[in-house]
Amino acid sequence: MSQSHRIAGGQIDRGVALRFSFDGKSYTGHPGDTLASALLANGVRLMGRSFKYHRPRGPISAGSEEPNALVELRSGARQEPNTRATVAELFDGLEARSQNRWPSLAFDALAINDRLNSFFTAGFYYKTFMWPAAFWEKVYEPIIRRAAGLGSLSRLEDPDEYDKGFLHCDLLVIGAGPAGLMAALTAGRAGARVILADEDFRMGGRLNAETGEVGGRPGADWAADVVAELAGLPNVRLMARTTVAGAFDHGIFGAVERVSDHLPAPLPGKPRQTLWRIYARRSLLAGGATERPIAFENNDRPGVMLAGALRAYANRWGVAAGDRVVVFTNNEDGLRTATDLQAKGVSVVAVVDSRRGGPLLPGLRHLQGAEVVDSAGRLGLSSVTVRMADGRTEVIPCTALGVSGGWNPNVNIHSHHRSRPVWAEGIAAFAPGADGPAGLAVAGAAAGRLSTHGALLGGQAEALAALGDLGIPATAGDLPKAEDAPVSITPKWYVQGGKGRAWIDQQNDVTVKDVKLAHQENFTSVEHLKRYTTLGMATDQGKTGNVIGLAVMAELTGKPIPETGTTIYRPPYTPVAMGALAGRSRGKEFKPFRLTPSHKWAAEQGAVFVEVGMWLRTQWLPRAGETTWRQSVDREVLATRKSVGICDVTTLGKIDIQGTDAGTFLDRVYANTFSTLAVGKCRYGLMLREDGMVFDDGTTARLAPEEYVMTTTTANAVTVFRHLEFCRQCLWPDLDVQLISTTEAWAQFSVAGPNARRLLEKVVDQDISDAAFPYMGAGNITVCGGLRGRLFRISFSGELAYEIAVPTRYGDALIRKLVEAGEEFGAVVYGTEALGVMRVEKGHVAGNELNGQSSALNMGLGKMVSKKKDSIGMPLSQREGMVAEGGYRLVGVKPVNPADALSAGSHFLPEGAAPVLANDGGWLTSMVWSPHLGHCIALGYLKGGDQKIGTRMRAVNFMNKTDVAVEIVSPHFIDPEGERLRG
Amino acid sequence: MLINHPILGPRDAQEFVYLGDANLLHRPDGLAEGAIAAFHDYAYQRGNPAGEHRELWYHEQGDRSWLVVTRNTVTHEILKVELARDVARREGRSR
Amino acid sequence: MRYSGFRVIAEALIGHRGWKPIWRDPTPQAEYDYIIIGGGGHGLATAYYLAKEFRQARIAVLEKGYLGGGNVGRNTTIIRSNYLLDGNEPFYEFSLKLWEGLEQDFNYNAMVSQRGIINLIHTDAQRDAFTRRGNAMVLNGADAEMLSRDQVRAMYPFLNFDNARFPIKGAIMQRRGGTVRHDAVAWGYARGADSRGVDLIQNCEVMGMRIENGRIRGVETSRGFIGAKKVGVAVAGSSSRVMGMAGMRLPIESHVLQAFVSEGLKPLIDGVMTFGAGHFYVSQSDKGGLVFGGDIDGYNSYAQRGNLPVIEDVAEGGMALMPMLGRARLLRTWGGIMDMSMDGSPIIDRTGIEGLYFNGGWCYGGFKATPASGWCFAHLLATDTPHATATAYRFDRFLKGLMIDEKGQGATPNLH
Repeated sequence: MSQSHRIAGGQIDRGVALRFSFDGKSYTGHPGDTLASALLANGVRLMGRSFKYHRPRGPISAGSEEPNALVELRSGARQEPNTRATVAELFDGLEARSQNRWPSLAFDALAINDRLNSFFTAGFYYKTFMWPAAFWEKVYEPIIRRAAGLGSLSRLEDPDEYDKGFLHCDLLVIGAGPAGLMAALTAGRAGARVILADEDFRMGGRLNAETGEVGGRPGADWAADVVAELAGLPNVRLMARTTVAGAFDHGIFGAVERVSDHLPAPLPGKPRQTLWRIYARRSLLAGGATERPIAFENNDRPGVMLAGALRAYANRWGVAAGDRVVVFTNNEDGLRTATDLQAKGVSVVAVVDSRRGGPLLPGLRHLQGAEVVDSAGRLGLSSVTVRMADGRTEVIPCTALGVSGGWNPNVNIHSHHRSRPVWAEGIAAFAPGADGPAGLAVAGAAAGRLSTHGALLGGQAEALAALGDLGIPATAGDLPKAEDAPVSITPKWYVQGGKGRAWIDQQNDVTVKDVKLAHQENFTSVEHLKRYTTLGMATDQGKTGNVIGLAVMAELTGKPIPETGTTIYRPPYTPVAMGALAGRSRGKEFKPFRLTPSHKWAAEQGAVFVEVGMWLRTQWLPRAGETTWRQSVDREVLATRKSVGICDVTTLGKIDIQGTDAGTFLDRVYANTFSTLAVGKCRYGLMLREDGMVFDDGTTARLAPEEYVMTTTTANAVTVFRHLEFCRQCLWPDLDVQLISTTEAWAQFSVAGPNARRLLEKVVDQDISDAAFPYMGAGNITVCGGLRGRLFRISFSGELAYEIAVPTRYGDALIRKLVEAGEEFGAVVYGTEALGVMRVEKGHVAGNELNGQSSALNMGLGKMVSKKKDSIGMPLSQREGMVAEGGYRLVGVKPVNPADALSAGSHFLPEGAAPVLANDGGWLTSMVWSPHLGHCIALGYLKGGDQKIGTRMRAVNFMNKTDVAVEIVSPHFIDPEGERLRG
Repeated sequence: MLINHPILGPRDAQEFVYLGDANLLHRPDGLAEGAIAAFHDYAYQRGNPAGEHRELWYHEQGDRSWLVVTRNTVTHEILKVELARDVARREGRSR
Repeated sequence: MRYSGFRVIAEALIGHRGWKPIWRDPTPQAEYDYIIIGGGGHGLATAYYLAKEFRQARIAVLEKGYLGGGNVGRNTTIIRSNYLLDGNEPFYEFSLKLWEGLEQDFNYNAMVSQRGIINLIHTDAQRDAFTRRGNAMVLNGADAEMLSRDQVRAMYPFLNFDNARFPIKGAIMQRRGGTVRHDAVAWGYARGADSRGVDLIQNCEVMGMRIENGRIRGVETSRGFIGAKKVGVAVAGSSSRVMGMAGMRLPIESHVLQAFVSEGLKPLIDGVMTFGAGHFYVSQSDKGGLVFGGDIDGYNSYAQRGNLPVIEDVAEGGMALMPMLGRARLLRTWGGIMDMSMDGSPIIDRTGIEGLYFNGGWCYGGFKATPASGWCFAHLLATDTPHATATAYRFDRFLKGLMIDEKGQGATPNLH
């Protein structure tokens, strides 16, 4: 297919042909092309459909502000909806499809909406679809939802990788046009650490799209030379294809580098995109300006473009978007399009200048004081209607119209901290206001200095100022000569007098009429205007349209534009792929894994693991022949209670607490007393939050007069340590106490069951007889002939039990040793399920009871809260609502009929009571099958439960539709006297 | 955000855990008369200013220092960073 | 004027010349019986119900910016009543029932859409907790059901079922949950209030309160003093500032919550979904944008903007749950000020100052509460007694130890 609209010149490599397809049709382009420039070169103007009316659309811009030319790029799992053809870099084999149309781009059935546009005005849906009420979800909304949306996601896993990185610099320069290049050059030559980032794949900004000279050479050549010099400076990092998306606090910027989007697929080991967090001591916004159109009737046909885009396609890409061109402008810059196209041999048939008395260019038909009032052409522009100064109209055949309504500085990044832009009369646009992000300056067109000279000068001056702030000596080099044309503009926002629709927000189909309706209905504040009409809410965030909309509203209300104001600018500057923001945190790598010391051994045994926070713990260890998890768990429980079982409890938090005030400290952070604990003993500790609710529990041992070892629950290991540090540093800074978390330092195993001691005697070097190492004993030991360790005689299962700890690197060896030593006793290794069964049988509280909503009294542990001393949480635990009779109390639950199953989360209802809130007695917190008792048992919080032991209730679960008669019992299902513990 | 740690220099706020109002340094005496009312004010009532705010941050992914950061809640500008222990001592906390 | 499909057609035929302003722009009067400070969702709903249900008159709403510009103007639009605790669930179920009849009640299509909400389950403990919650909901007259992993998979086959760090084990679902077009809620209430004679006064900032002998007399505003017999404050993130004018300290901190929307996409997600192993929840708007959010930034802020770590955290949750999401683009972020209370639950109560009433502490869940909050606040203002579903929302619950702490995090507002 020939590139019918390709003309001479441009920064493309004509020696290489790239094949690509659009809607299944093949075309060719060249390196340096965007999808849009290549399609235009092939004479394709129609690239999309609008959101609401499904109007045929082509690109209006040559950059990231594009509202119309959105395509689905690539295919399969790499399908990427809503990609702007104007910034999609062409590569060989590129596939693109138009979107939001059916059955085809040229014939779109939903274009019927355009015919019905008089019904589909702004906000019409708020006034209808209310009757009958049930029809919204069933009829109206499904139709709307199916029609809405733009492109599609593939529903397949994104196959590409993403990465994140961190960069630091003295000066971040955002935008590599004349201002940014000059700034980077000035700072780079001074030796400052500079990052120069630009969203484009070719640095130079507008210099690439213009014919003006810089330093006596074509601007694009000057830019290329500067880029080459900067590339040679080790202190400068050039980041093309990198969009600075947001300004955050304290000089931190988020930037997305599109590492591989210009390739068919990322190279091996390379990410598709990288999210950079850039820490900049100073920053400079040199992001240029965006041209805006003038609204007139049917100004949205393919072929109607921004004047600057039309000349960019000609100058940078060697593309004539049309063979007969009309220019419509209200300012001098628009005339450049006519000059440049004419110079390239493109037929410019008329220059429509809404001003009178502007300059006249040789060889062009100037229509001054005239306006384009309408256009024609079903799928692309074929003519415009011009109303002359004298009121008569003329239809001028053309295939492209370049419109210039002036240029809006790209203030976005400067306004990300809610700085309000200010109206600059001279350029008839909003320019950066006060109170921008600290350390961020603005230069060039972004600052409202629209000439090339102004950009160069501003870039240099702001770089010098930033370096001056940082104390980096720098000198102003020679400023290259460049045009310094004054801005001459007579604002014109829309062409009056038409009866049809003049588009402001092209993607969302917001027209001047919609703004007028919003005004008529008193949606006059800019925020109401935006929300009612959806102006500026499309994927381009109103980069070309917003100012026109609010200017129309200003005119209607009679308020000046600056008083009307703008909506808020918020990150990101342009849309950012979610993958880049997520980086590597996805799939199994969403969060790190923490593995226990016995993990390797357990994996060898075929253990089933379970996620416990970040940890993976052994849930159970199936043996050959076991087909259900219950078989494994029952075996583990019964074997432990009958002989001995081993469990990895390393995940419990461990905190070493030392110092002369360690005991005092513990008395204050625990509700019960620890200063009186004998050396060589441990005690169960109950820790409250300051609001009096139970925070955590665990055992704490005293290994020496000034040395304690605390254990916490797995879930709270981090938060308890944080809390203790708060108490130590903030509440009692002069207590002599030091803390260190040793959770990862010790591998710890529970050895439980009647044969626990016999097993451990084979491993531990010291005498651990009941006399030498009684119940709740604790101490330093050695194992296996000299390895240092710790032993605690504590039990979660209710059996004779110990916890033995060795340095973590010996954990794997110890589990193997324990298993070997246990063989003669038929020892089992049990997982978290069996652990849970045994703790419920014993009536110990755990995660489901320690829910942050329960007090010591609720748990039946009220007596542990000493009122003789002040401790964290004690005062507020005594509030009237927390000590009232009849509150929730921990109870045991068993089914009246042992064959009945129970389920956690069931609620207690009195027998025969209606299932309503007033009868809600509480709920079952934890439920297990007790192989020991041969039926289900549960713990629960029951209102007034301490008075209801021995009574009957119902455990009702509407979720699985069960209603079971239960008996309320003591939570201690086995060995309530604790004889086994002391065995 | 960046927090200029008095010992470690500027660190990304992401390394820290936020607790809130630095008035939490001033824990009342739990055995005193009227302790419940005093603790109610201490634990629940907040100045919550729009402007300068003294607040506690904990360097959890760092050196475990608790810091008192003076920060403007409207602009997020950080005006001062001190070790909480120093502040606590200065304001009369001891043992 | 009454809105209907017939009216839309009739107006279309006459070029929409007949549409009237949705509300007046009245000049403030010297005195009102009721002043509501705050023209967000809760304030407007309060005025609406005061006028409509409680037959009160001489009511003004004072708004420092534009109507509906508070958190009702930027949120993730979710409605649901899947609360756990006795103090909350009846209130939120009342709210959901009001949502169900709202559009017909105020004759404005707010697109109340009950497409269902699911909370995913990733651990056995979560299943236990959600079972407890589901039963509590049913006991309160709400709907709840548990879904198996396969049922979730049938609904959303593209979630990460096979390669997840925290595998999906099921979900709890409330079919009556869903979304509402948030701006339309503010506009519908505003229109309904205006048509009943309520003065909605925009660009009117309250600068002070006139309190004499322990009684409120009126408010000083940027448009002069306005007298009032009763003043109700419903200003969300500005609660501490406004109540500070009356010399009150609150059990509230102001925090920033960010929310997000993607570019428009063809339909993917019908209802609302929350990830149970990270901070991420998502729905898809009728326009096609994925609307999603996560955790608050976590520090006190009035800046109405947030920082990068939370944006990344939310995206990570999204990608972990929906691995296709990498190729969708984040279009816009925004940040609002949340009035985070000390137990995560709201306050609708009288104050120590006669005639001054407070409504706040909604944390980041205030949108779904809008109808009931307005109704209950109007009830309190009009009758001086709390509505039956809002009796627990008292200031003194903290002194008495009667917190309503859904998450069990204690007096740490940024964790609720």
